[in-house]
Amino acid sequence: MTFLPEALHLATYPLEGSFQKVDGNEVLRAIGRDSLTAEGFLALLSPAASPHLEAMASRARDLTMRHFGRTVSLFTPLYLSNHCANHCRYCGFAARNTIPRTQLNLEEVRAEGEAIAATGLKQILLLTGEAPHKAGVDYLEACVAVLRPLFPSIAIEVFPMETEDYARLVRAGVDGLTVFQETYDPELYAQLHPAGPKRDFVFRLNTPQRGAEAGMRIVNIGALLGLSDWRREIFATGLHAAWLQRQYPGVDIAVSLPRMRPHAGDFEPACVVSDRDLVQAMTALRIFLPRLSVTISTRETPRFRDNILPLGVTRMSAGVSTAVGGHAKPAETGQFEISDGRSVAEVCQVLRARGYQPVFKDWEPLEASA
Amino acid sequence: MEQTDTFELGGRALTSRLFTGTGKYGDDGLIPAVCEASGSQVITVALRRVDLDKGADNVMRHIPGHMTLLPNTSGARTADEAVRIARLARAMGCGNWIKIEVISDNLYLLPDGYETVRATEILAREGFVVLPYMNPDLYVARSLANAGAAAIMPLGAPIGTNRGLRTEEMIRILIEEMSLPIIVDAGIGTPSQACQAMEMGAHACLVNTAIATAADPIGMARAFGQAVQAGRRAYLAGLGSVAALARASSPLTGFLDQEEGGI
Repeated sequence: MTFLPEALHLATYPLEGSFQKVDGNEVLRAIGRDSLTAEGFLALLSPAASPHLEAMASRARDLTMRHFGRTVSLFTPLYLSNHCANHCRYCGFAARNTIPRTQLNLEEVRAEGEAIAATGLKQILLLTGEAPHKAGVDYLEACVAVLRPLFPSIAIEVFPMETEDYARLVRAGVDGLTVFQETYDPELYAQLHPAGPKRDFVFRLNTPQRGAEAGMRIVNIGALLGLSDWRREIFATGLHAAWLQRQYPGVDIAVSLPRMRPHAGDFEPACVVSDRDLVQAMTALRIFLPRLSVTISTRETPRFRDNILPLGVTRMSAGVSTAVGGHAKPAETGQFEISDGRSVAEVCQVLRARGYQPVFKDWEPLEASA
Repeated sequence: MEQTDTFELGGRALTSRLFTGTGKYGDDGLIPAVCEASGSQVITVALRRVDLDKGADNVMRHIPGHMTLLPNTSGARTADEAVRIARLARAMGCGNWIKIEVISDNLYLLPDGYETVRATEILAREGFVVLPYMNPDLYVARSLANAGAAAIMPLGAPIGTNRGLRTEEMIRILIEEMSLPIIVDAGIGTPSQACQAMEMGAHACLVNTAIATAADPIGMARAFGQAVQAGRRAYLAGLGSVAALARASSPLTGFLDQEEGGI
């Protein structure tokens, strides 16, 4: 059983009409309900919900406080390699872009890890492009072995793998998987990924499921906002997250809300997702799935990140470099430009000033303690 | 009364029947004041969040020395994981009390009875004072007692919901049937609900979310401390029975006792 049938049904369903039909009363009823159906979630994403954003925000804040308290989990990405065989039209690391290609050796990985650990962070996200012949499972396993003593929680955002490869990495000490579908529209997906292994929409769609089956504790999904109509994409993301929560109740399902940022290459976003839109998307997700982890990256500005904290955010990146080796030495070309360049200490200071506790460690590795 | 009403648990004589927690605070620096205001003597801490690295902001340094630590196995999805976390907690110097949470459902955070019993069995054998978080089910409670639990911790409502004693009737059965202490854990959202649990005869309550997420956690901690005390006093004083029907001041059968010729 996979999410594919539901995804394909959604892709052909005339959702635009459904969004337009929602009226304000349906929105208010959805905000007040204890548990929401997909129809209620759709109402919260509709244009009719826009005038009720304050009420949605208030409900989202209450639910977030109840289930997560005044805490925000902090992590940072560590870029291991920018070699990539894919041709994603929107990505700075795409194979066609003539940027310097590099990959950290294990000594450099250690140096990066130590530079990050010196900031106090305990949770990292390892990133590569999609070039398994250069940065494959063996390489990742070796990197994890180097980083394990420094970080109790290691997640990966690499290339989609088979379940047994994920299981290998789980045994090595990886506990989280991030994989973005980019778009849930198969036709648009095909246009945006004209070549390379990432062309396979279905294999990518089923990746979170394979990670969950392999024993990942956290599985983080998302659509790249700006590629197409955000309401459709968030609706599909929410249903995908709900499906994963039901199928894998022991796995912490998380959603990221990445908005497109300037990057190397000439791709222009198809639509602009405003701050107001993003708040609507995030609060609707929180009301639909009260226990969902929600990640906000440094793609967003400090002001925006600070202000959306109470509305559903549970995880944030901090002290970020999107360049390979960017933590230990001056950065080269990153995957995309970040908007929040604050250090970990600066982010913590803001969190505390706003009454939030930055959480550095949220898991105790068990493999060596039987 | 207050001198003699101690709660014997795990070799300690507790004078407070309110257990508190360390999760969800915006600032762990509030914890000492919460402990003081609530009068609590037992505090639970998720081992997953404990960071003993030098320089790390370790939650343990905020816990006053007189508190009995109750490490919990938050994050464990199986008995095996709970057992490993418990052993780690002991090795890290957190004592030998352990609150077992085995949860493989992140939606409702409901405990897995079977795995909880298994973990209890292993850890009780290893000398831990085992306090398992459980669904208030009589059969699971009996299994936990047989497995060596020191007390059982039935939920009033799912964790973090503040919905109160939704499982009241089931908890009442546990109080009546079990000889182990009953500590109501999870779901208590208001001091009046904690008071109600104590009036019913629960031995103690554990409250975290309702205190940690209150606008004034210290004020709320004080309120919970007083409510638990009030409920306990009411229980010990013996509550009057509750009548389902009003008693008419002119009873319908009064004529039976009246002499012939009366009205």
